[in-house]
Amino acid sequence: MSEEKIRVLVAKPGLDGHDRGAKVIARALRDAGMEVIYTGLRQTPEMIVEAALQEDVDVIGLSILSGAHMALVPRVLELLRAEGLADVLVLIGGIIPDDDVPALLELGISGVFGPGTNTDDIVRHITATLGARQ
Amino acid sequence: MSRIETLVNGVLDGDRRALARLITRIENRAPDAPAALAALFPHTGRAYIVGITGAPGTGKSTVVNALARTLRAQDRTVGIVAVDPTSPFSGGAVLGDRIRMTDLAGDRGVFIRSMANRGSLGGLAAATGDVVRALDAAGFDVVLIETVGAGQSEVDIARTAYTTIVVDAPGLGDDVQAIKAGILEIADILVVNKADRPGAENTVRALRATLELGHRLRSAGHHGPLLDQDDAPPEPALDLWDVPILKTVATERSGLDELAGAIERHRAYLSESGLYEERARQRVQAELATRLREELLARLLDERSPAAVAGVIERILARQLDPGSAVRELLNGT
Ligand SMILES: Nc1nc2c(ncn2[C@@H]2O[C@H](COP(=O)(O)OP(=O)(O)OP(=O)(O)O)[C@@H](O)[C@H]2O)c(=O)[nH]1
Ligand SMILES: [Mg+2]
Repeated sequence: MSEEKIRVLVAKPGLDGHDRGAKVIARALRDAGMEVIYTGLRQTPEMIVEAALQEDVDVIGLSILSGAHMALVPRVLELLRAEGLADVLVLIGGIIPDDDVPALLELGISGVFGPGTNTDDIVRHITATLGARQ
Repeated sequence: MSRIETLVNGVLDGDRRALARLITRIENRAPDAPAALAALFPHTGRAYIVGITGAPGTGKSTVVNALARTLRAQDRTVGIVAVDPTSPFSGGAVLGDRIRMTDLAGDRGVFIRSMANRGSLGGLAAATGDVVRALDAAGFDVVLIETVGAGQSEVDIARTAYTTIVVDAPGLGDDVQAIKAGILEIADILVVNKADRPGAENTVRALRATLELGHRLRSAGHHGPLLDQDDAPPEPALDLWDVPILKTVATERSGLDELAGAIERHRAYLSESGLYEERARQRVQAELATRLREELLARLLDERSPAAVAGVIERILARQLDPGSAVRELLNGT
C-alpha cells in the first residue's frame, strides 16, 4: 500500500513584487500529481532551507525575478549542504540572463527555466531526474 | 542499526531531519513505518493536541501562527500539522498554509509540516494521527492541527484533538451553513477572527444564539463502536463545558492571550471532570475500529480475486443479488 508522492517546495526569494509565475508553476506541478508546498513571497535562503527540511521535499523551485540570483542561489545551496540536504533538486525559474545559466548549473542547480518555458518540460525534468536516481 | 532505527533514534534525540523523513515514511505508508511507530509509541502521550478547523479563508493558518507565537512566549515548543485537500483529479495538492506562518521561521522550538489528505475519506489524512504521534514523541509540548472544515473532517479532528477550536469570520454569510455541517457540535472554543472587520458582533451573536439552541451534543452515554453498554465503564462524565466565543484579530495578534487561556481552562476542565480519560478511551476505540475495518477490508480484498468482486457488483446491478447477501458471499468466499 506504499504510495510515494513527489514533494516540491515553491518559494519566491528576494524582495521583488509578484508571485504569479510561481503560482502557475505550483498548480502545474499539482496537476502532474505532485504535492507542492507554497511558501509565498520574500523568503530568505534560511527560511527556504528550513522549510525544505521540515517538509522533506525532493525538489525546490525558486522563482527569481529580481536579478539577485547570483547572490541568493549559492547561499541556498550552501545551507542545503550544511543541513545534509545536498540531494534535493534545485530548479530556478524567472528571469535569468543566458550568460548566468552555465555558472548556475556549475554550482549544482538542476535546471533553469525561463519565462517562456512550457510547464510540461519542468514536470518532465523533475520526474526524469528523480526517476534516474532510483 | 537499520535505517528505520536510525530515524527513530534521531526523532527521540530531537533531530529535525530524522523527524521530517520519518513523517514522509508515515505518509507514504512505507513498509517500515509501523515498526517505527511501535518504537515511538512509548514516548507519546505528553503533547497537548489542539485542533483548529473552520471554513476556508476564515484565518485558521493566521490564528495558528499567532497562537504558536503566544505559546512560544510561554516557553512551550510547538509542532504544527497543516492539512489540505488532495486534488481528486491529479492526486496532487498545493499546500499553502505556511504562507501565513513565516513569523515562526528560524525558531527551533517550532516544527511545521504541511500534509495533503491524499483522498482519505475522513478529510483528515489517514496518517495524521500517526504524524501527530511522531511530533509528540519528538517532544513538542503542544501540537496544533489545522484542517479545513468540510464535513467529516471536523469529526475526525475532534477525535484526535483534546481541544477543538472552530474559527469563523464575519462576512462569510455562511453561519447557518457552518451549523448545518455540524461544525458547532465539535467546538470546545469558538473564535470569531477578523474582528477588525464590520459584522464581527453579528457573527458572535449568531454563534451564541445557535449554541443556546443546544447544538452541542457531546453526549454522555456513548461508548463508541467496540464495547457495548455492559462492557463499558459505568457512568460516563457529563460534558458541561461552557463553550467560550472569543474575538481575535490574528493578523495583529490581538485576542491571543485569551485564546491560549481558554485552551488552558478547557484542559483543566477535561482533567477535573474525568472527561480527559473518558475521551482518551473513546479515541482508542475509534482508532482501533477504523484500523480494524481498513485492515480487514484490505485482507479480504487480498484474498478474493478482483474478478470475483467485479462479478458480485454486476450481479447487484442486475438485481440478481442484494448487497447484504453479497457481503456474506464475499466473506464466506463462496
Ligand atoms: N482583516 C483581517 N484579515 C485576516 C485576519 N486573519 C487572517 N486574515 C487574512 O485572511 C486571509 C486568509 O487567512 P488564512 O490564515 O490563510 O486563512 P485559512 O483559514 O487558513 O485559509 P485556508 O487554509 O485556505 O482555508 C489572509 O489574507 C489573511 O491575512 C484578521 O484577523 N483580520
Ligand atoms: Mg490555512
